[in-house]
Amino acid sequence: MQQFDLEAQGLRALNSTLHEQAGSSNQTQWEVVNPRGSHAIAVGLDAPIEVNVKGSTGYYCAGMNQQATVHVHGSAGPGVAENMMSGTVIVEGDASQYAGATGHGGTLVIKGNASSRCGISMKGIDIIVHGNIGHMSAFMAQSGNLVVCGDAGDALGDSLYEARLFVRGSVKSLGADCIEKEIRPEHLELLAELLERGGCDAKPEEFKRYGSARKLYNFNIDNAY
Amino acid sequence: MCGIVGLFLKDQSLAPQLGAMLTDMLITMTDRGPDSAGIAIYGGSEAGRAKLTVQSHTPDADFETLAADLSEALQDQVSLQQIDTHAVLDLASEKLADARRHLAAHHDSVRVMSEGESLEIYKEVGLPKDVAARFDLGSMSGSHGIGHTRMATESAVTTMGAHPFNTGLDQCLVHNGSLSNHNSLRRKLRREGVHIQTENDTEVGAAYLTWKMREGASLGEALESSLDDLDGFFTFVVGTKDGFGVVRDPIACKPAVMAETDQYVAFGSEYRALVNLPGIEDARVWEPEPATVYFWSHNDASTSQDKAA
Repeated sequence: MQQFDLEAQGLRALNSTLHEQAGSSNQTQWEVVNPRGSHAIAVGLDAPIEVNVKGSTGYYCAGMNQQATVHVHGSAGPGVAENMMSGTVIVEGDASQYAGATGHGGTLVIKGNASSRCGISMKGIDIIVHGNIGHMSAFMAQSGNLVVCGDAGDALGDSLYEARLFVRGSVKSLGADCIEKEIRPEHLELLAELLERGGCDAKPEEFKRYGSARKLYNFNIDNAY
Repeated sequence: MCGIVGLFLKDQSLAPQLGAMLTDMLITMTDRGPDSAGIAIYGGSEAGRAKLTVQSHTPDADFETLAADLSEALQDQVSLQQIDTHAVLDLASEKLADARRHLAAHHDSVRVMSEGESLEIYKEVGLPKDVAARFDLGSMSGSHGIGHTRMATESAVTTMGAHPFNTGLDQCLVHNGSLSNHNSLRRKLRREGVHIQTENDTEVGAAYLTWKMREGASLGEALESSLDDLDGFFTFVVGTKDGFGVVRDPIACKPAVMAETDQYVAFGSEYRALVNLPGIEDARVWEPEPATVYFWSHNDASTSQDKAA
């Protein structure tokens, strides 16, 4: 295992070293110590490596991730796994606002709570939150799955497109054009797989599904150019 | 952007290190706000005495005779301690209003930064580390304090546009965000007779709280009504004689992290600001909820008041 002391060696050295790891690298295990809330840790990775960050991170940890597994052993600041393409990001603590924003693929697991705007404009990422999520989560979410084992805040799924939202607890309020939908067998199957991937012991039957009512401007063919 | 830090000590044995801890937090927030910096510190009070913190761009000329002049005008003992461009005037509490009137009438170039029994405010243009060094903030002691690093968006980079703003006796405000209805609100408040000196949006926020409290609201009530009357983005931290409070607008874009241990309650715009605090590894760390007024006080139980968004 390779160890990297962020305080001693600096952020640019960390990220350029991690960027040098190609698919054939045999240095697949990395540990980052002394993160101390720094920004942009392990951003832009594109190799099947595992990076364990031993502490809490600041803005944009694991942004634009491809292939890699980034495991934050603490809490994450705003924009964790923003625009992730593939791979896995796991946060042991809480995540601040807009976790997984605009993510195209991969899996984001948050073992604590996520703050406001979790999964905003998500485009294919799967986000599994063990705790609660804040207001305006999944705003304009386009595709992918958001699973919340706790409660959701105000305006869940406002202006939603085709993303699927599963919430086990209460939803403070639904955003414009977001409605509760029936859970069919294929959703239970999907949810079981997502919960297993996220390491949750919740049962699929305990969740409600929310999705787009498809009534807003974009869904009306008469509004097409 | 802008950065906010705050530290409220539960364990008064840390009081001699308050300035040092807050300064470290403040400097960490430099890249959120390199334009100006300021700190409000509650260093303790003496019964019947008040502190007037004043500032001048020509401090040596202005402060040399200021104490003697005020003592004569007020017919009472006034002492002065100069710290760089600032000076703390120590005077009898009941002479405070007269002293302010005298300063306004006879000392144009002397500006009042704060008034209170315990509060002192120091703020200047420049990098946080330089501002901290000018005032030797690291050597200050106290029970609690708040600090701010400014990245100016709504008005000029000046000393008077720096935070914290004094909102009333022993009360102050720092702000991360931007208020969008500050022009109309400034006109309204001026019609109500509230004195506003600059084109700065936060000063209007501070004046709004001052006005609400003058009309009989408590600080908590004033903060709650600010959620209705102020348009824009804000995370506010307010200092009071006994503690501090936090409120974020309902959208809550502007970041905020709190940490609590048996020894202190700390606020930072980012977790980075908190990493050198003692025992932070085991602290309870969380984000304050939007549209919720929080208070920590040395006298009363801590509270949080949810206000529907």
